[in-house]
Formats: sequence, structure tokens, C-alpha cells
Amino acid sequence: MNIAGHFSYWITIFVAITGLYIIIARGNLIKKLVGLSIFQTSVYLLYIAPGKLIGGTAPIVAEQFRVYSNPLPHVLILTAIVVGVATLALGLALVVRIREAYGSIEEDEILEQDETAITDPR
Amino acid sequence: MITPHFPILQVVLPLIAAPVMVLARRGTLAWLLAVAVSWAGLYISLALLAQVADGGVISYAIGNWPPPWGIEYRIDRVNAFLLVLVSLIAAVVVVYSRASIGAEVPREQQYLFYAMYALCLAGLLGIAATGDAFNLFVFLEISSLSTYVLIAMGRDRRALMASYQYLIMGTIGATFYVIGVGLLYLMTGTLNMADMAARLQDVTEVRPVLAALAFITVGVCLKLALFPLHVWLPNAYAYAPSAVTAFLAATATKVSVYVLLRFYFSVFGASAVFAALPMGKILLLLSLAAMFIASAIAIFQADLKRLFAYSSVAQIGYITLGISFDSVTGLTAGIVHLFNHALTKGALFMLLGCIALRLGGVRFDNIRGIARVMPVTSFGIVLGGLSLIGVPATVGFVSKWYLVLAALESGQWWIALAIVLSSLLAVIYVWRFVEAAYFREPDPGIVKLKEAPLEMLVPAWLMIAGCIYFGLDASLTVDGASQAAATLLQGIR
Amino acid sequence: MKDYLVLRVVSKLLISLMILFGLYVQFHGDFGPGGGFQAGVIIAAAIIFYGIIYGLPAARAVVPSGLVEIMIASGVLIYAGVGVAGLLLGGNYLDYFVLDRDPVAGQHRGIFWVEIGVLITVAGVMLKIFYMFAGRGGDNRDDA
Repeated sequence: MNIAGHFSYWITIFVAITGLYIIIARGNLIKKLVGLSIFQTSVYLLYIAPGKLIGGTAPIVAEQFRVYSNPLPHVLILTAIVVGVATLALGLALVVRIREAYGSIEEDEILEQDETAITDPR
Repeated sequence: MITPHFPILQVVLPLIAAPVMVLARRGTLAWLLAVAVSWAGLYISLALLAQVADGGVISYAIGNWPPPWGIEYRIDRVNAFLLVLVSLIAAVVVVYSRASIGAEVPREQQYLFYAMYALCLAGLLGIAATGDAFNLFVFLEISSLSTYVLIAMGRDRRALMASYQYLIMGTIGATFYVIGVGLLYLMTGTLNMADMAARLQDVTEVRPVLAALAFITVGVCLKLALFPLHVWLPNAYAYAPSAVTAFLAATATKVSVYVLLRFYFSVFGASAVFAALPMGKILLLLSLAAMFIASAIAIFQADLKRLFAYSSVAQIGYITLGISFDSVTGLTAGIVHLFNHALTKGALFMLLGCIALRLGGVRFDNIRGIARVMPVTSFGIVLGGLSLIGVPATVGFVSKWYLVLAALESGQWWIALAIVLSSLLAVIYVWRFVEAAYFREPDPGIVKLKEAPLEMLVPAWLMIAGCIYFGLDASLTVDGASQAAATLLQGIR
Repeated sequence: MKDYLVLRVVSKLLISLMILFGLYVQFHGDFGPGGGFQAGVIIAAAIIFYGIIYGLPAARAVVPSGLVEIMIASGVLIYAGVGVAGLLLGGNYLDYFVLDRDPVAGQHRGIFWVEIGVLITVAGVMLKIFYMFAGRGGDNRDDA
């Protein structure tokens, strides 16, 4: 197996694992969202990197060019980035409201509050 | 003239309705619009089902770009069945939601609620209608993002945490799915699912395809809450507004099951998934675990909504159990249960919403003696509970009958036994409600309560009536499901 | 930050340039890199920049919250409206070929209006996010 040839995949895997690790290992709600964003970023790389051809140019047909890069991954990832931004914005908005409701953004403190809270029917 | 455009109109009507609701800024106006698009959607989906009833496939090219280059909407008997299910549930729940949401969501947020509801509906219908793997991801995220908002609208502050946890888990699931699609795209160079399936036949390098299968399986199973990936579900269902719980429990997980079916049988091919890999065994094991463990957890819940949420996890186990057999009977059982469970759980959560409207909550210590003051609601819950158990003359019996048939057909009689045994666990948790509602002295505070309003009871009882009707005369649902199963198994092996 | 003279003068100069650049990115999107997403973010950034220097109330006076909500909804409607126009003119949904007698001109017209819709929605969403987060908390509103 050609390790150097799979360079971009190694980075993709590293970024993905880093993101997942942060989501799992951190109790801070904001940090979890940071991890989630990093994890999503790895997907952008997974799509974009193979779309590039060495020596290829932007896919606008012209006579002097023979090799073009694949534009489709970029379009897909533009969509995925928008989805990622929307997810992050919604997640942060939820954290703001959680902070207002609980006075904390640490997961264990919030769960503790919920458990010790008098078992209110609502 | 408009008929050829039904596949896209199905998705676009609620999508256009959502911004109009935001512009209208009025709860009532938004609700009227939501009712209009939901019922129009039901009509369209029924028309689509009629069009594909002879086994044909409708292909619709968005922007007139022919597939596989453009995005294709592809309706066959499988997703036509699902479109009918989703729009039917949406049409019933939207009528119910006016009174329920009126009490549970602040007045100035109601138009936003209906806008989110329309977006969620558009997303779910889009997942079912599209034939493009990446388009499916976009719709998955549209429905998921609006779902997170809908859940966070619950009155309890714990709804926020439930929504947050679902956001994290759901996004991981969707990202896993899109990683899988990315690997498939790298191997085949196409995103159109039908084209992908054809090209996968010629792919010799199987390892990335196997990785894609693994990623898509885990990602979609997170969304469909297959045990042990279900941890987001109980809290999300328990703290969301009642109408949202009813809608989600009946549609969201079911649409994810469809995605799994579509990828297993129409993209990878059943032989690759079930013969070359031990996928059937894994699904079987997890399904059995879901049926027993989740049912057992359900028994010990103090809150009825959480109880039925865990019961949902168990019932999803029955659906995936049907899929794991990889036979026509098994798939029929799974798809029939998809429909039947949607009816039952939709009805149950709607009736729980009726109690929540009067009592403010559905904990066991509050509902003592509730049957005396809300007899119609309580009786409905009992009927729904019987359907969960699988008593004859309810839809639950039909699904379990076919599941047992499929188990015997595959020669594994012990699975049939397990299905019956796990139903006994359902008896226990349904009995807990019967005991609390019928055999306990009501608290003095309860006696003054009135029965829930008709506009909530009628939709809920419509679903209960459906549970009984399709339990007595299952020909309609079983035919639809077995045709869908046959269509799936006709695909590439 | 409205007491810093340099910031105030420079920001006023920059904001007009930013909006101009945003429009360039928008309308040059047909021929080069650019389009509604990027232009929407740039134009929203100009107003957010104004809000950071002159305070949230000043930004809200320029683009009120109600207008932002209308922007978000109407942008989506313009996009969807292009699709419906394709339907009405006898094509499929989002079919740009039928929008003009000449199919190439039709493609041009279709993407033009779609990008306008994207611009309006993206700018609206960015501003909405900024307003929502900046308007919370209350304790640091004075120095905003």
C-alpha cells in the first residue's frame, strides 16, 4: 500500500477521529460542538481532495486545456458546509438557552441538576 | 397537466408553505396553510401510489437534466407506500396539533412551529421521494434540523438538553451517512442510486464499498434508533410537545428504516449485504436485544411518554427483525409493521397529549383514576396498548403473525418463541397504565377535570380506528407491503 | 466602540466598499467564482461590522429584525418561485431552459433569480444569527 499516495486520506481520518474524540471525551457543550464541526470538516476533505487532478484546471472549457478538475465535489461540499453552519448555529443557540435555563454548560452539572430536581410532573 | 409533476410537488408544497407561514406571522393562518398542504400531500401521495400500483416506476428529472447527471426523483412501490404513510400521519396530526400546540407553545411562536413542522414534513417526504444519494442527505438534514427545533419547543427545560443530545447524535449519524456516500461516489463516480447500483456490479475493489456499507449502516441506524444507538430517543420523545412526539414517533424513524432498506436492497444488493456478510445475524441480534432490553426498561419508567418511547425502541426491533430475514415474508412483516406501528404509536402519543393537556403531565403518580374523568381517552390508550401487545383484531397481531411466519419459514422456531415472549413484556407495561387509570382511586384534583376537546380526540381515535380496521382487514396494508417487499427483492441481488 | 474616531471613519469607508464587493461577487458569479452564498455573507458581514462598531441598536435601525425575517422567507420563496415558473411554462420543476425562448438565455435568467434568492436568504440568516446571539445576555450590551 502506498502510504504517501494516500496522504489526503490519512489527514481525513486524523481529522475525523480528532473530532469524534472531542465529542466523546469533553463534557463542555461548546467543546462538543467544536468537535462536531471538526468531524464534519473531515468529510469536506474526503470529498474535495479526490476531485483535484494534478495539473488539472478549473472546469471551464477552453482550447489550451486538456485536464480538468472535477467540480461536482465542490458543489456538494458547498451544500454540506451550509448544512454544517446551520447545525452549528442551531447547536450554539440551544447552548445559549441551556445556559439560561440551567446556569451551566457542563454536561455533568446539568444532568446532576436534572436528577436532584424535585420530580416535578412537568 | 399537473399529474406528471406530482413527485416534486409532494416535496415542494410544504417547502414553499414554510416561508409563507413565516411571512404570515399568524398562528391560525399558518395552521390553515399547514392543514392545506398536509391534505394536498396526502392526495398527491395516494395518486402516486395508484400510478405505481402496476409495478411501474415514475422518474422525474429536476430541471430537465436527465438522470444520472441531474437529480432524479424516483417513485416505485416502496417509497410510494412510505409517502402515503408519512403524509397520512401528517394530515391527521396537523388537525390534532391546533389545540395541543395552542396549550403547549407560546402564542407568538406558533407560526414558527408550523413553519418548522412544514419543513420537517418536506424533509421526510424528500428523503422518501429522491433517487439521489446526496439529495437524500440534504433532506435528511432539513428534517433533522427542524426536528431539533420542534423538540426544543417543549415546555420543560429538559427538552433543551434532549434536543441538544439528539443534535449531536443525529449529526454524527448524518455525517457517517455522507462519508459512506462519499466512498461510494469515489468508487462509482455517480450519486444517482440506480446508476450507483448498476456501476457497483463492476467495481472490483470491494474494501471501500464495504467501508461505505458500514458507515451508511451505522449512520442510518443512529437515525432510526436501532438498539444500542437509541439513547437520544427516549428523552427527545418524552420532552417534545405532544403533537411533535406523535408526528416523530410515527414518521421520522420509519423514513430512516426506508433509507436502510433502499441502500441494502437497491444499491448494495441483498446478496452483498446478507450472503457475503453476516449483516443478517447482526441485525437479528440487535433486534432481539431491542425487543427484550428496551421493553424491560419501559416497564420501569415513571413517565408514560418515556415508557412508550422505550416501547418504540422495542418496536423498531420488530421492524429490523423482519428485514434481517432477507425473505419476502420477512420484509413484508417489517414493512407492514412499519405502517402498523406508525398508526399505533401515533395514536398513543396523541392520546397521551390529551391527558397532558388536562393534567400538565403524564407521570404515573398523576394519572391515578384518570379513566373516570377521561374515559374516551383512556379507552383509546388501552386499545392502542392491545395493539402494541399484538392481540388479535388489532394491527399489532397482523405484524407479529407475519413475523412469526417469517421466522418459521427460515427454520428458526426459537425466534418465533422470542417474538411471543417479548410481547409478554408489552403486556406488563400496558397493564401498568390500566392499573393506574382504572383501578386506583382518583386524586381529588383529578375529579374536576373534563374530557379532552373533540378536535384532539377525533384525530387520535381516527388512528385507533385505523389500528382496528387494518387489524380486521389487513388485505390493503399487507398487499401494499408485500408488493413493496417484492419490488425490493427484485432489485439486484 | 463608537468613541474611537479612527474606527468610525474607516468603518464607514469600508462598509460601502464591502457592499460593493458583495454585489460584484453576486453578479460576476455567472462568469467567475462567486454567487449568492458568498455575496450574502459579505453583505451581511458589512452590516454586522457596522453593528460591532456602532452598537446593536444602530444596526437594528438599518436592518430591523422584522425585515430580516421577511428576507429569510422571501429569498426561499424567490428560489422556489423560479422552480414554479419553470412548471408554469411547461417544463419540469427548476427547469431553466423554458424561462426564455433561447434555452441558454433561459439558463442565464433562471440562475440569476435563484442567486438573488440565495443572496437575500443567506444575508438574512447571517444577520438573524448575529442579532440573536448579540442580543442575548444583557450584561455586555453597553459596550457593544
